[in-house]
Amino acid sequence: MAGPSIDALGQFRLTTGLGPLGASVNFTNSNEAMLAAAVIIVIFFFVGLRARAMIPGRTQALVEILYEFVRNMCVDTIGEGGLRYFPLVFTLFSFILLGNLIGLFPYFFAFTSHIAVTLTLALFVFLFSTGVGFYTHGLRFFKFFVPEGVPVWLLPLLVPIEIISYLSRPVSLSVRLFANMTAGHVMWEVFAGFMLMLTGSLGILGIVASIIPLGLNVALVALELLVAGLQAYVFAILTCLYLHDAVHMH
Amino acid sequence: MNDGRDKESFERRLAAARDNAGLGQPKPNAARKAAGEGQKAINLAMRLGVELVAAMVIAVVIGWGLDKLFHTSPWLMICMVPVGMAAGLRNLIRAVGPGTG
Repeated sequence: MAGPSIDALGQFRLTTGLGPLGASVNFTNSNEAMLAAAVIIVIFFFVGLRARAMIPGRTQALVEILYEFVRNMCVDTIGEGGLRYFPLVFTLFSFILLGNLIGLFPYFFAFTSHIAVTLTLALFVFLFSTGVGFYTHGLRFFKFFVPEGVPVWLLPLLVPIEIISYLSRPVSLSVRLFANMTAGHVMWEVFAGFMLMLTGSLGILGIVASIIPLGLNVALVALELLVAGLQAYVFAILTCLYLHDAVHMH
Repeated sequence: MNDGRDKESFERRLAAARDNAGLGQPKPNAARKAAGEGQKAINLAMRLGVELVAAMVIAVVIGWGLDKLFHTSPWLMICMVPVGMAAGLRNLIRAVGPGTG
């Protein structure tokens, strides 16, 4: 078929950023987006908290809402001593949230749509929570894989199941974030490409008909905003849950 | 941050302003609870599908790796499939079952 075609995955291609200097050290557009996310968070918090007003303005209120939201999540989910892990959870949450959000804008790269990035984050959380488990409980943490109140002859079957269930955590954590972000961006690209194909092949009729995919894309923006926030939230709360398991062993 | 005296006076002025506007006292608990329930539901809906598949993938990968190691292809991989299914169901039960708030 002639005319424009749909290249849905081209938007995830890595290129080098920051000119020749970036090219020499393989500083990619994904890294640029990560740096942008980190800088935006720091500036946002700096500006928001500079006033330190008793009655917060809009920026300060937003910063405080974010802070208290994650803080409550930490205390409620991890339970006693959960505040110790608050900085980690808050950093992860704000980094992923900003990464998802700036990925929605044109010319920005959604770095959370790469499994390499999300798997790294998930593996870090997994290794960290396992380390916390062994640090707090020592070798008794292995009892986490032995369900209580089970006849001994069932254990050879149940312990592998528990271990696989535990090992599947980083996979589900990373695949969920990556798949949601990738799916959203692919859908945008497909509908936008479909609009070009319609106008290219059907003339005036195509231009009128392409209002439908355009409307769908507008609706998708709202959905993607929801998904961006929700996935960051899910990642953070699962981090809290895993830390809870490591600290309390149920 | 400011000292406690400011906060006290702020709370008093806030209460007075709310009374003037006929709003009465805020009831944060009910609203927060409802929002929490909604969040929990969406959170679960997002999690469950992937949990089931992830355990399966891990089990099959482990079986495949052990097959490579012991040259028993494909028997260990086949044996790991039901184990992976069970682990996936275990993940589901852990996510929605009793005892997980």
